[in-house]
Amino acid sequence: MVAPEQSLAAYDSKVEGNVVFTKLDSAINWMRKNSLWPMPMGLACCAIEMMASACSRYDLSRFGMEVMRFSPRQADVMIVAGTVTYKMALAVKRVWDQMPEPKWCIAMGACASSGGMYRSYAVLQGIDNLIPVDIYISGCPPRPEALLEGLMRLQRKVEKEHSFLDQKKVMLEEMSA
Amino acid sequence: MTAPEMVSALQAKFGDAITGTKEFRGEHTVIVKLDSLKALLQHCRDELKCDYLVDISSLDHDVDADPRFEMVYELYGYSHSQHLRVRSAVADEQEVPTVSDLWATAEWHEREVYDMMGIKFTDHPDLRRILMWEGYPFYPLRKEFPLAGKPSEMPDVAFTGIAPLEGGPFVTSPGSANTIQAEPRAKRFEKQ
Repeated sequence: MVAPEQSLAAYDSKVEGNVVFTKLDSAINWMRKNSLWPMPMGLACCAIEMMASACSRYDLSRFGMEVMRFSPRQADVMIVAGTVTYKMALAVKRVWDQMPEPKWCIAMGACASSGGMYRSYAVLQGIDNLIPVDIYISGCPPRPEALLEGLMRLQRKVEKEHSFLDQKKVMLEEMSA
Repeated sequence: MTAPEMVSALQAKFGDAITGTKEFRGEHTVIVKLDSLKALLQHCRDELKCDYLVDISSLDHDVDADPRFEMVYELYGYSHSQHLRVRSAVADEQEVPTVSDLWATAEWHEREVYDMMGIKFTDHPDLRRILMWEGYPFYPLRKEFPLAGKPSEMPDVAFTGIAPLEGGPFVTSPGSANTIQAEPRAKRFEKQ
């Protein structure tokens, strides 16, 4: 007969040493930044570079962003890749509005950032006229390395957010009022 | 049948309705009055075996030109491999007979002409805009329309604004000493 293992609620050697104490914000941000699910808003040639970034040679999945979702309801970051015509602009806005918070936006390439070379009656002069942009990536189109750099900068930005702390402040203010 | 033979056959058949012909580097053009345009195109398809309508385009000669517009039809025949161009002047507000019953492909070509130039086609089965949205108030390829665009607003559908045409990182610098300095990439921006 085997003796039952001694178990003490206060001290568990299997868990002890694997516990990390941190701030809730940092923990949440750490989880968020390592599983950014992009919504590929591919509108022009930039989308080809975006596809290349997701493929094996550049491999977005190294950074936890391989889950490209074509449903805005499952996405965290919208990559606006390409020329936003006025005809498409409100459709982009509508897709953006359907994405749940928290959400981020990357303007990939010259066209999405500023209209690019299309100084024209048909092209919106930068997607930031409609939706807030977190990261602008230069290039026409940007190489996959540039998109990776943009996404990594977004990770660094997500890392520094104080979303839970801000929520807590608002909640405390509302409770005291 | 070669293209010059087609031109002379058309001249023999339509006579005064053909106001001119042109030959430039092996390309043959027939200029026809708008009244006879449809009959001539029908003849081209049925008798001259131009079974392929390559393209339809339109020209705007200027706001005060008379007649202001011009339609251009590019024809081709697979049996004889010959190209033929047919042109016809169109006055402002004048309607052009549709050829979508002769070549089905003309339906979308004519919608594009209507969308960009505002020329209407009689008896067209579905004359809606094709590139811009229904309700956009301008015809953007007309001469009086500025390249930068005009503001317009259709709630929940689309809006347009005026695009900046001068300055900015992507525009060449006019009046530069040479083309190297005029290139957009030669610009140096000061750090802010």
